[in-house]
Amino acid sequence: MKKSKVDIKEYSDVWVIGELIDGNISPVTLQLINVGKKLANKLNKNTIVVIVGYGEKDRVTKLLNYGVDKVLYIEHKILRNFNVMGYTEAIYKLIEERKPEIVLFGATSMARDIAPRLAAKLDTGLTSDCIKLDIDERDGKLLRTKQGLGGNLITTTICPRNRPQMSTLIPNIYRPANYNEKIFGQVEIINPEILCEDYKVKFIKKIPLEDKKVNLADAKIIVSGGRGLGEPSGFKLIRQLADTLGGIVGASRAAVEAGWIDSRHQVGKTGTIVRPDLYIACGISGAFQHQSGIYDSKCIIAINKDPYAPIFKICDFGIVGDLYEVIPALIEEINKKQQRYFDNFP
Amino acid sequence: MRRIIVCIKQVPETDKIGIKQEKGTLIRENIENIMNPYDKNALEEALIIKDKFDAEVIVITMGPPQAVDVLKEAISMGADEGVLINDEAFSGSDTLATSKVLAAAINKIADYSIIFCGQKAIDGGTAQVGPQIAELLNLPQVTNVKDIKIKGNKLEIVKATEDGAYLLETETPILLTTTTEINNPRSPTMMGINKAYGENGNKRISILSGKDLNINPKEVGLEGSPTNIYDFCMSKKSKTSEMIEGNKAKEKASILINKLSELNYI
Ligand SMILES: Cc1cc2nc3c(=O)[nH]c(=O)nc-3n(C[C@H](O)[C@H](O)[C@H](O)COP(=O)(O)OP(=O)(O)OC[C@H]3O[C@@H](n4cnc5c(N)ncnc54)[C@H](O)[C@@H]3O)c2cc1C
Ligand SMILES: Cc1cc2nc3c(=O)[nH]c(=O)nc-3n(C[C@H](O)[C@H](O)[C@H](O)COP(=O)(O)OP(=O)(O)OC[C@H]3O[C@@H](n4cnc5c(N)ncnc54)[C@H](O)[C@@H]3O)c2cc1C
Repeated sequence: MKKSKVDIKEYSDVWVIGELIDGNISPVTLQLINVGKKLANKLNKNTIVVIVGYGEKDRVTKLLNYGVDKVLYIEHKILRNFNVMGYTEAIYKLIEERKPEIVLFGATSMARDIAPRLAAKLDTGLTSDCIKLDIDERDGKLLRTKQGLGGNLITTTICPRNRPQMSTLIPNIYRPANYNEKIFGQVEIINPEILCEDYKVKFIKKIPLEDKKVNLADAKIIVSGGRGLGEPSGFKLIRQLADTLGGIVGASRAAVEAGWIDSRHQVGKTGTIVRPDLYIACGISGAFQHQSGIYDSKCIIAINKDPYAPIFKICDFGIVGDLYEVIPALIEEINKKQQRYFDNFP
Repeated sequence: MRRIIVCIKQVPETDKIGIKQEKGTLIRENIENIMNPYDKNALEEALIIKDKFDAEVIVITMGPPQAVDVLKEAISMGADEGVLINDEAFSGSDTLATSKVLAAAINKIADYSIIFCGQKAIDGGTAQVGPQIAELLNLPQVTNVKDIKIKGNKLEIVKATEDGAYLLETETPILLTTTTEINNPRSPTMMGINKAYGENGNKRISILSGKDLNINPKEVGLEGSPTNIYDFCMSKKSKTSEMIEGNKAKEKASILINKLSELNYI
């Protein structure tokens, strides 16, 4: 599939592959538009949003209110529900025809399935899960920055010879684009010829999350327990603190391996990488594999009886002490605070 | 279910990993290498199917000669054969170049029902290789699989996503990537260890080079990779940790909660 030499001058414009969730524009799409416009301004090119779907023209038109130059709406019955092969082929054909310089996705389930396939089909480079996107002022190339090696390394990649330059962006890092009454762009509807449907993968049904409380990746507050709990019932106390704060329960791998808690709760390099506002580590030593899953937390609190535990080197606030004394005291203090808040309510 | 191919990557363990200044590729010398932990779930799922349906499990890895270790480990866990894909020309490959090599090897092995990949590698960690192999082989894929039931020649698959799971029905051949929830990987058995490291152990391993796979060296490795590393830095956060001092747990708790409340965290 190797293309003969790519003429990179033929490629222009910044594309954002948008997503509708139950018919609504997804938040990450608006964040991508904001980033896309910044990049396009630096390059003096247009920002174009691409949406794939069926029967959503009205909703798609609203995207023009976010200051984009054009919306390309790929519409086909087969594309009403997401399917990997159909979406990949639809976007692929349009890219081959229109030749965008940059193609951006949100780092969502959909993008994880189709962005790598698209890059392979187009014989170009992809950097997923970026935390920053910029233009190299010297030569106009896209600089794609992400974390690597479990958070230990910040890497910037380029795609110097192939086009388009592709990337997925982690949600909630950039602000959404501003809404504007005035519009200047337009919607162009693309009706692709019959596409290959993912006939081999049939959608049967959606299974709702059984336990919403294990969505660690999006949690704002996480309270985690480790081997320092000493016994499985320790997680009752951890859950109590989590409930008091409206947070969810995490765990170290040692606690998971001890069989004290389900592996869905595991935080770290081989568990979930988390980025809450508040992370409270109780009885966790702070092994490198655990640390690398929590680096991006805004505030890390460590409770450990060993003053030399490595977790104290990366926390914002540390308490040396027995977690079985400290946690109940914390719960009591939080309850007091909340009580005071309600008491002051007129 | 005839033949199941599992892609396994050898990855460096510990945090001593660095990057070669001149080339922007990883330094892997003097670092202990292990089987990518996520690939153990992929292998386990293949072995579960093997146990039930008597399928053949072939594990493949692209890497330096010492990557044969992960193949042997996989055989000691129950895999039948291992294929090491090794060539100087492959070093510095990005995900697309890696996927081209793996896809070529899979094509050569042929006759597969399922190709398994792990969720991601703990070093590069792009999770791009699975879907790219599927694209290059023109196969359907399901990523992040957390349950598989085999019913005749149909597979019932549960796929995990951010907002719940999806129940899907598929046929083979297909490429699947597994999550860590799907199973608990088994340990090597005595019989397996004999099979892998015993007298005839090496007979279970074959080695393929770029030439064996008809790969144009210009399409792989550093030169053939569309993505290049441009810049990197270590991201050690230089945090100043504040230790909460106080006499009793109660006092410390009160100081901490006040601080968190001032900072609007609670
Ligand atoms: C390939 C690989 C991948 C891994 N991935 C992960 C991962 O994703 N996530 C992960 O967490 N780990 C991971 N690990 C494991 C990691 O190396 C550590 O073994 C693990 O994180 C340790 O868990 P812990 O901190 O709970 O236990 P320990 O290291 O045993 O620490 C327990 C701590 O509790 C403290 N303590 C004991 N009693 C009390 C008490 N009463 N009050 C307060 N403190 C107390 C002790 O001082 C100690 O610091 C991985 C390992 C490998 C090899
Ligand atoms: C810090 C860093 C950043 C990088 N950034 C990028 C980037 O942005 N874009 C890019 O294209 N490349 C990038 N690379 C290169 C990429 O990591 C390598 O191409 C690597 O060989 C394969 O990708 P991965 O480790 O991300 O694997 P993943 O795609 O995460 O691996 C998924 C699965 O594929 C299988 N697999 C992967 N590699 C092998 C193998 N060698 N043998 C057998 N099975 C395998 C395993 O089943 C594995 O679980 C980066 C590398 C590093 C170290």
